[in-house]
Formats: sequence, C-alpha cells, structure tokens
Amino acid sequence: MDRKDWPLFEIFIRPKNGLSHKHVGSLHAADGRMALDNARDVYTRRGEGVSIWAVPAASIAASDPSDKASLFDPADDKIYRHPTFYEIPADVKNI
Amino acid sequence: MSNDTQQALFGYALRLGDTSLVLGHRLSEWCGHAPELEEDIALTNVALDLVGHARLWLAYAGEVEGKGRDEDRLAYRRDVFDYRNHLLVEQPNRDFGHTIVRQFLHDSWAVELYDRLTASTDATLAGIAAKAVKEVRYHVRHSADWLIRLGDGTAVSHAKVQDALDRLWPYTGEMFESDAASATLAAAGIAPDPLELRAAWNARIAEILAEATLSRPADGWMQKGGLRGEHSEHLGFLLAEMQFLPRAYPDATW
Repeated sequence: MDRKDWPLFEIFIRPKNGLSHKHVGSLHAADGRMALDNARDVYTRRGEGVSIWAVPAASIAASDPSDKASLFDPADDKIYRHPTFYEIPADVKNI
Repeated sequence: MSNDTQQALFGYALRLGDTSLVLGHRLSEWCGHAPELEEDIALTNVALDLVGHARLWLAYAGEVEGKGRDEDRLAYRRDVFDYRNHLLVEQPNRDFGHTIVRQFLHDSWAVELYDRLTASTDATLAGIAAKAVKEVRYHVRHSADWLIRLGDGTAVSHAKVQDALDRLWPYTGEMFESDAASATLAAAGIAPDPLELRAAWNARIAEILAEATLSRPADGWMQKGGLRGEHSEHLGFLLAEMQFLPRAYPDATW
C-alpha cells in the first residue's frame, strides 16, 4: 500500500472514567490497530487518557458549515430548552 | 552481600543499562527520518523509554559498585571496552525494516526478562523491572505489529525484513549466554538464568514470524563478545557521537 493511500482517522480520548471521549485530533494509519498505536504515541505522551477511539474520518457524516443558520439559529430564542432553571446539588459533578 | 555477588550484580546492571542505552541511541538516530510522522514519534518515544531504563540500571550499577560513579559518569566516561551491551543493539540502522527486526529480536527477549525480574530477591532490581516492563510490553507490541505488516506486506518489504532477519540472527545467541556471574545471580534468586528465557523467546519468535510469513534462520555460528567488552567496530562511532559533549565540556550543566 502506498503511503498516500493511508486513510485519515479521527482520534477521541477519554481523559478519565466518567467523562466522555473527546476529539483530540487526527492522524494517518493503515488500519484501526495502527491508528490506536499511533494515537497512543502522538496524543497520550503526557498521560492524557484511559481509553482511545479511532474512527475513520470517511465514516463521519458531518454537517455543512453553510447550513449553520438553518440548523442552529432557531434555538437562539428558546431559552426554556436550557436547563438553567434548576438548582444543581453541590455533589453532582461533571455537568 | 558477598563480594562475588556484588561484582556479578554490578556487571548485570551495567549490561542491562548499556544494552538499553545503546539501543535507545540507535533509535534516536531515526528522529526526523522515520517513514511517517506518526512513526517518527513512536520510535523516539521508545528511544526515550529505553534511555529512561538505562538511567535506572546505570544509577543502580553505580550504587552497587560503591565507588561514587553516577549514571552520567558510567554512560559518558567509559570507552568501548568497558561497555557490556549486546552486540545486536549496536548494529547500525540500515533501513526501517532492519530497525524493526533488531527491535523485535531485542523486545522479545526484554519482555521475558523484565517479567521474571519483577520477582527478583533484589528489591531495587524488582522495582526497576516492574516500572520498565509496562513500557517494554508496548515496545514488543509495536515492533511485532510492524514486523507482521512488513513481512506479510509487499514483495519488497518482505525481502527486506527477511534479509535483515538473516543478517541479525547471528547476534541473538548472546542474549542467552551464561557465565559464572549469571550462575551466581541465578543461585541467589536475583536474576533468572539467561537460558531460562530461551523457550519463551523462541515461542514468540515462532508465532510472529509465522504470521509475518518469514522464515526463521538456522541457529548456526553465533557472534559473541559484547558481554566481555569485545564489540563490533560500530560501537566506537556511536559512543564518539553520544559522548562528545560531556567529554568536550566535562561537568557542564545547563
């Protein structure tokens, strides 16, 4: 396989148990296993995580930035959708 | 600790330290030259791990020796004949496949050794091994994965790694060489008899070579000498580069 054929993977890392995987960047790899190894070497050098997901970038369906207005603007005037009218108990973390 | 045991332990820590240091240096030569950016970082990560292990082994060697030599003094102020590394790890980089084969042959040995050293009766040795074995397990996964990809890859990659395997095979015997010192350490439960690692090493080599569609070279004549300070001509050049700064500017700090 020629190196330019290596597909792009998007890398997600879970920083610690209880938190969700967060997108940290992308890299090239021949397959999923190599993507995990590369992600370990490129993105977890300073002990950043407990779990890695590598997703082929081609498998991600992404919204078009030019659709931003029709997708997101209608939410602007619907403040009742935001859960800001509740008291959050002090013991609840990660909200 | 008897004088014999102390001498043997000093030599043993030196051997592990020198082997890690020289291999770490060889890998560091790839920095900026690896075939892929991601792999460049991977190889230098492994290099840094190995230099980290070397620091621990050499610091302990200096402590056991008891003559006030620290890790830097041992690394930078000894010449070729005082180095005790395996000849395998001083072999110069040729191509990426050759580096992977050298690494895999070494890692397959190191992971078995460190695994057993965690049960050493010497607490420091066991502690260093427990810290290092986690990294070494990743190293062997990395080098085995690449060996499989290259061996079971294209006709060119297959030919290159098979050639590297044939070239490097005569350097594998040294890892299992035993002498009076290793017998002393084995009797005291400090370190396993080097021969004890052979079966597990063979099993891993057989498994990965089969998956990589590579053939195992015959066990013929084996290179020897590294453990007595008799090295190939390559080590001198490596040390000249590695030791230049501390020798030109002794005790420099920054």
